[in-house]
Amino acid sequence: MLCENCNKRPATVHLTKILNDKKTELHLCEQCAKQSEQIDFETSFSINNFLTSLLDSIQDSPIKVDYIQATKCDYCGMTYGKFKQLGRLGCSKCYSAFREKLITLIKRIQGNERHIGKIPKRAGGSIRIRNEIGELKRKLNEAIKTEAFEKAVVLRDKIRELENHLREEI
Amino acid sequence: MTKWIEGSGPDNDIVISSRIRLARNLEDFPFPVALTKSRSKEVLKTVSNALLEGNSVLRNDFDSITLEEVPQLERQVLVEKHLISPNLAANFEKSGVLLNKDESISIMINEEDHIRIQCLLPGFQLDEAWDTADKIDDVLEEELKYAFDEKLGYLTSCPTNVGTGIRASVMMHLPALHMTGYINRILQAANQIGLAVRGIYGEGTEFMGNLFQISNQLTLGRSEKDIIDNLKDITRQIIQKERDARSTLLSNNRAQLEDKIYRSFGILCNARILTSQECMKLLSEVRVGIDLGILKDVSIDNINEIMIMTQPGYLQKIAQKQLSSNERDIRRATLVREKIRSNN
Repeated sequence: MLCENCNKRPATVHLTKILNDKKTELHLCEQCAKQSEQIDFETSFSINNFLTSLLDSIQDSPIKVDYIQATKCDYCGMTYGKFKQLGRLGCSKCYSAFREKLITLIKRIQGNERHIGKIPKRAGGSIRIRNEIGELKRKLNEAIKTEAFEKAVVLRDKIRELENHLREEI
Repeated sequence: MTKWIEGSGPDNDIVISSRIRLARNLEDFPFPVALTKSRSKEVLKTVSNALLEGNSVLRNDFDSITLEEVPQLERQVLVEKHLISPNLAANFEKSGVLLNKDESISIMINEEDHIRIQCLLPGFQLDEAWDTADKIDDVLEEELKYAFDEKLGYLTSCPTNVGTGIRASVMMHLPALHMTGYINRILQAANQIGLAVRGIYGEGTEFMGNLFQISNQLTLGRSEKDIIDNLKDITRQIIQKERDARSTLLSNNRAQLEDKIYRSFGILCNARILTSQECMKLLSEVRVGIDLGILKDVSIDNINEIMIMTQPGYLQKIAQKQLSSNERDIRRATLVREKIRSNN
């Protein structure tokens, strides 16, 4: 994309302004951007507008954008458009309401999309058990491979026990 | 008594304090940004009760403070002592804090997230801070239903905190790296490996008195331990670099360095008007003087205390009234003179 002002150099500064729900975009090269009075470089760089600018660059076609902007969280009423303005989600259910778009964003800012840290004991009860079952199954396979059958039987029983426990919880 | 200001910890010649902050939210309430005043009161109550009624050991150790009931100056002092964030103080009508006796643990309620557990210790003690924050988190979780997603971890109001919700940080005093100009290279390197460097009052503030706060930026896809180990590793390297820079300065420019330190000390002991900027700058230089063994009559703890007591909120709290900036500058100079003399 070329700079909208000089039409010579490539546009490297992309500015999106949302004022009273009206969005204007500006694409300039660095030199023109510095001269432009429309861009206030004094404004402190906050995480909010950083997020907003990331979100803008993720969007694909204008029609899709309108549809996504209007997507609403049933629980708190936050729209995707509002989230973009605030840089903050309205509730934990927003994560499911905007999941598709959010995952892309999260992957971009965090470089990852899978939590591997602490799991709460209560809320994460079944998650813990499932993780543990996965781990035991790996050990079971190993035991079978090395023909440690006595150990395998113990592991199998433990897996069954945990699976029953999981069923009861659900 | 505020532990991080008055206590001393490992490597406290360079690392002033270590902090762990965990962001948590309740499943059944909208995030604070979308909460009405009456629902925020419910959150305040739910979280306080979880800590104060659930655990008898903690009940005796914590005070529950509703910020609306605290005078504005007191709120400012809490911010200056880094026990609450400026954001929490600004939203005082909806927020609160649970504070333990030695003020090493503060649990902010209705900040950007419903719960922000903060553990703040003097010196380089990130593991200890994590252990404490982790335990408090367990206690709260026994009573509360956290918003948690199997894939994304702890759900937070801002996607930059999702996952572990952890922010680990150290506040460092790096005058020699600043004087020798190495600081920029270090800041760049820290940025490249996912660490953020800020002024002491958080995002968007400038570096006052050579104080730098270094913290992790990413919260998802790595464990709490990895995040902390990474920060510890870098902090250790920066400590080493600062010590090297100090000894180089000392051997190459001893006279200049001593001159600078004694002059700064002289101004602090005699000035009648001190702005907060100048005061921080001079205190920073005096602090190096103490660390290098040039100044022997003042202690580091004393300097830490003066750094906090000369902030605008604290000065006005001592005066028990609002002060103009000129009045503050005069009172600041008086306080510094008295404090330094009392240490002699």
